[in-house]
Amino acid sequence: MSQKDYYGMDTLAVHAGASPEPGTGARATPIYLTTSFVFPDSDHAAALFNMERSGHVYSRLSNPTVSVLEERIAALERGVGGIATASGQAALHLAIATIAGAGSHIVASRALYGGSHNLLHFTLRRFGITTTFVDPRDGAAWRAALQPNTRLLFGETLGNPGLDVMDIEMVSAIAHEHKVPLLVDSTFTTPYLIRPFEHGADLVYHSATKFLCGHGTVMGGLIVDSGRFDWDASGKFPELTEPYDGFHSMVFSEESTVAAFLLRARREGLRDFGACMSPMSAFQILQGVETLSLRMSRHVENARKVASCLQAHPLVSKVAYPDLESHPDHALAQRLMPRGCGAVFSFDLKVDRAGGRRFVESLEIFSHLANVGDARSLVIHPASTTHFRMDADALREAGIGEGTLRLSIGLEDADDLVDDLKRALKKAAS
Amino acid sequence: MRFTVDGRQAYAYTGGRPLRAGQPLVVLVHGAQHDHSVWAMQSRYLAHHGYSILALDLPGHGRSAGPALETMEALAQWVCAAVERACDAVGIEPVPAGVIAGHSMGALVALEASAQKPEWLKAVALLAIAVPMGVSDQLLEAAASNEGRAFDMINFWSSAGINHHPGTPGPGFSTYIQNRRLMERQAAGVLLTDFTACNNYVAGLDRAGALPVPVLFLLAGSDQMTPPKAARKALEAAKASAAPVTHIAVPGSGHNLLAEHPDETLNALRQWLPTVLG
Repeated sequence: MSQKDYYGMDTLAVHAGASPEPGTGARATPIYLTTSFVFPDSDHAAALFNMERSGHVYSRLSNPTVSVLEERIAALERGVGGIATASGQAALHLAIATIAGAGSHIVASRALYGGSHNLLHFTLRRFGITTTFVDPRDGAAWRAALQPNTRLLFGETLGNPGLDVMDIEMVSAIAHEHKVPLLVDSTFTTPYLIRPFEHGADLVYHSATKFLCGHGTVMGGLIVDSGRFDWDASGKFPELTEPYDGFHSMVFSEESTVAAFLLRARREGLRDFGACMSPMSAFQILQGVETLSLRMSRHVENARKVASCLQAHPLVSKVAYPDLESHPDHALAQRLMPRGCGAVFSFDLKVDRAGGRRFVESLEIFSHLANVGDARSLVIHPASTTHFRMDADALREAGIGEGTLRLSIGLEDADDLVDDLKRALKKAAS
Repeated sequence: MRFTVDGRQAYAYTGGRPLRAGQPLVVLVHGAQHDHSVWAMQSRYLAHHGYSILALDLPGHGRSAGPALETMEALAQWVCAAVERACDAVGIEPVPAGVIAGHSMGALVALEASAQKPEWLKAVALLAIAVPMGVSDQLLEAAASNEGRAFDMINFWSSAGINHHPGTPGPGFSTYIQNRRLMERQAAGVLLTDFTACNNYVAGLDRAGALPVPVLFLLAGSDQMTPPKAARKALEAAKASAAPVTHIAVPGSGHNLLAEHPDETLNALRQWLPTVLG
């Protein structure tokens, strides 16, 4: 019998972080809708404020419902801890702000979610943090973009919009040669499909709004730290290795050898930027996480059926889904994500912009909206929505055609989804 | 703080406050394959409540230069020397009255240090101790040939249950994965050296029977690595000695009690320390 090293994913998805509530015996995680927590006495209060004891003070810093979610996602990712935030964007900002500041530089994949691109390209630049964007498949480009002030490499497990599969092992090796961490957005994949830490990533974040919640109901983000990056050995992160005046001159890497990043992120970023998660949202996301394996396997099964159908349709010129052999990263995807490549993909119709609009408007089961990772199937036509200001040339540069559509495949019967798409394809061609 | 022992770099965490003359000293010694940070939820509190803290990194662990030491006697000598050097480094002389508290292998170090009878040592605290601390052939073999497998065994056996509240060092942290990552941080070969030192240490019961200072046994009720019954003989020997003995059990805790039950561990120490240090 092999040595058991931990509990299985499905057990952790249900139990990690949660114990029966001691006061009432409640088995499900209660929603602790309280801003603050009574101190047993003044000494205990002072000890909590000075991080001499563990416990809750104020729900912006930590909350019992939220911490169950944080510990659960940490367990699923095999990280030393997690921090829940108000959204995925807040998680990305918190991760960056913890280890970068004015004068810092980031190297990022150019195949990013639009919101992440905006944050890096426009907003953070205003605060003195610059980013070089590179082709995620091009190791030489990652390496060439490194600067002495580079503090972070960043990409998505599955890129946007072409579903580029990130070679995490390659990029993390480059990051570690340069003594900086690799941050990975694993929103599309979740721990069910890939655990980026097992391939060399140092930090992972999720938009929990998507598959972790899984029902299109609440916003949330999560950061997880692998605990493997040696901030002291790097020598590039005084934020973690030198006294911090903003918290009693604490040296976070001395305080915790393996969790320095999360200590600073919580004690500074969550405290000062304040983008915390509501306990109500944490509860909803916990409900989703409990069925993560069941849902993700169904999402993937449905996505495979729909992608295969579309690939065979005469009106479809291209399907960008790494599960298909036609995708340039198919072999890499098979290696990194043997359970499948998620349920979000794009495809190109052999129609103009108007045809794309007719297609979207003809769908009955798919919902036309700007989200992914819902139990319901979703569709968006970038050329007429998110990227409607771009002309055809600009769209092409962004890897988007006038007939490109993005689908997020839900949990309905796959046959019904295929029928819906076929019906709409007929309308698009008419 | 950084200082040198026998010309080699040594490190001790002082709990966020410098050592101070006139304050009693609490020396904290970690176990095998660990470093000072396992004491995070005890050291910082004590440092802010009237004690000078030296949470040491043993040689070859954490920030202290190697190599790791091969015998409990050598480790105890090093700890006593490190205390003197650390006090020297900040101009405190003589070494204030103090105690040594050790966890697991660190408890054996504390027990052995008691035999050296440094003038400043007023008591020892033995947390999650077994005497003798025999290491199974299976674990020794894994430590020699496949450290990752040994880490998995240790981590699974060191933990009582799937969740631990409050999280350490705060809500949202995984006690379990932190322990795994901390073991990964130590240099290759350290685990085998530590385990061999534990396995070969045969003087423990004699030391327990001749304790020159008061002793605290703080034992974890659900400990699979060093179960309370493995400390029984040492406890009986200590009770037969002239030393005052305090025995506190932490029900439900696994071997990793510093992190699993941080408040119970701290409370036991903060109630016992004034009885031995005045």
